[in-house]
Amino acid sequence: MTTWTDHRLEVIISVLLRTGVTISAAVVLLGGACYLAKHGHEQSAYHVFHETAPTYRSVSGVIHAAGPSNCQAVIQLGLLLLILTPVARVAFSLAGFALEHDRTYMVLTSIVFVILIYSLAGAH
Amino acid sequence: MTNLEFTPLVFGISAVAGCLGALTGLGGGVVVTPALTLLLGVDIRYAIGASLVSVIATSSGAAAAFVREGYSNIRIGMFLEIATTLGAILGAFLATRTPTTILSIIFGFVLLHAAWQSSRGHPSDQQPKIPDPLAKRFKLDGSYPSTEGPCEYQVAHVKTGFSLMFGAGTLSGLLGIGSGALKVIAMDQAMRVPFKVSTTTSNFMIGVTAAASAGIYLSRGYIEPGLAMPVMLGVLTGSLIGARHLIGAKVHVLRWIFAAVVGFMAIEMIFTGVKGKI
Repeated sequence: MTTWTDHRLEVIISVLLRTGVTISAAVVLLGGACYLAKHGHEQSAYHVFHETAPTYRSVSGVIHAAGPSNCQAVIQLGLLLLILTPVARVAFSLAGFALEHDRTYMVLTSIVFVILIYSLAGAH
Repeated sequence: MTNLEFTPLVFGISAVAGCLGALTGLGGGVVVTPALTLLLGVDIRYAIGASLVSVIATSSGAAAAFVREGYSNIRIGMFLEIATTLGAILGAFLATRTPTTILSIIFGFVLLHAAWQSSRGHPSDQQPKIPDPLAKRFKLDGSYPSTEGPCEYQVAHVKTGFSLMFGAGTLSGLLGIGSGALKVIAMDQAMRVPFKVSTTTSNFMIGVTAAASAGIYLSRGYIEPGLAMPVMLGVLTGSLIGARHLIGAKVHVLRWIFAAVVGFMAIEMIFTGVKGKI
């Protein structure tokens, strides 16, 4: 079995981060093109703040709405994938530290992971 | 303005911000929000939401390269991320309760600091006289590659660094910025981590910090797909171009231009905040 060194962990993390950013940018671009094709001639209105529609405000709402009929939800899905990239990085680090039998860092990484999940899962 | 006119404009502004941010090392997020609010009259809360998302993109993109080079210290990063993520959640909650005029003024002062930071170089690395026992406890000491082989370093003032990181996280969540400058100060000046390690580790941490407040921004309706789309794609494109030309650019001249632009924006943000026009 290969030993899990910090450097090996770093290399895998860098691949993970790059892949996450690339996929999310592609999804946002796709959603953006579809959004402009459908709503390009509508007036943009960002001068006055009104919360975005409830569909776009939760992970489950975005996943259910994303599709050819709702391009904004596709953009939002891409943005969610982007937000999840660092979360995946932390989850992966946790696995890495577990393989290194580094208990201190397993605890520290778990704390960070729980904070991130709290932010994403809760309705605030 | 129709979406077909608005989207390319926002993309262009964001690309310039991302490019300048990468060239000066200050990140694009800090320039995008004032540009959108001052130039296009976008509500600061939408701007903050879009900027925060773009911060995750640039941080993750750049970190991918730095982590591979072996400069960033993933243990220092993870240890301090406890402070920055907790701060980010506090900041995001504060953002929803703070009047936009106050947000604008705070933003102005952060920009003033960025302008000052940009106009001067960085101090030379100093190794701590007395290493911190906490650094040993949490295995924070490390080494980085140099031309003369691996260079060992020790970490000092862990508690001070941790507290400063909490502050950096709060500011990040409050204003939707990476607050990389403050993160570097905490590591470079308080903890005496070598500059190259501080900047790359800070970059590595920014994505996780921003992700912690992004969830709260999302559920509060700050992330508007139509606006966040060109901002995220623009800043990402700009920062990739900026990073590619980093070696060839006259960084010294650029730093001064950037400082002047940011300084001007700072005064504008404070001014509009005080007048209550935002």
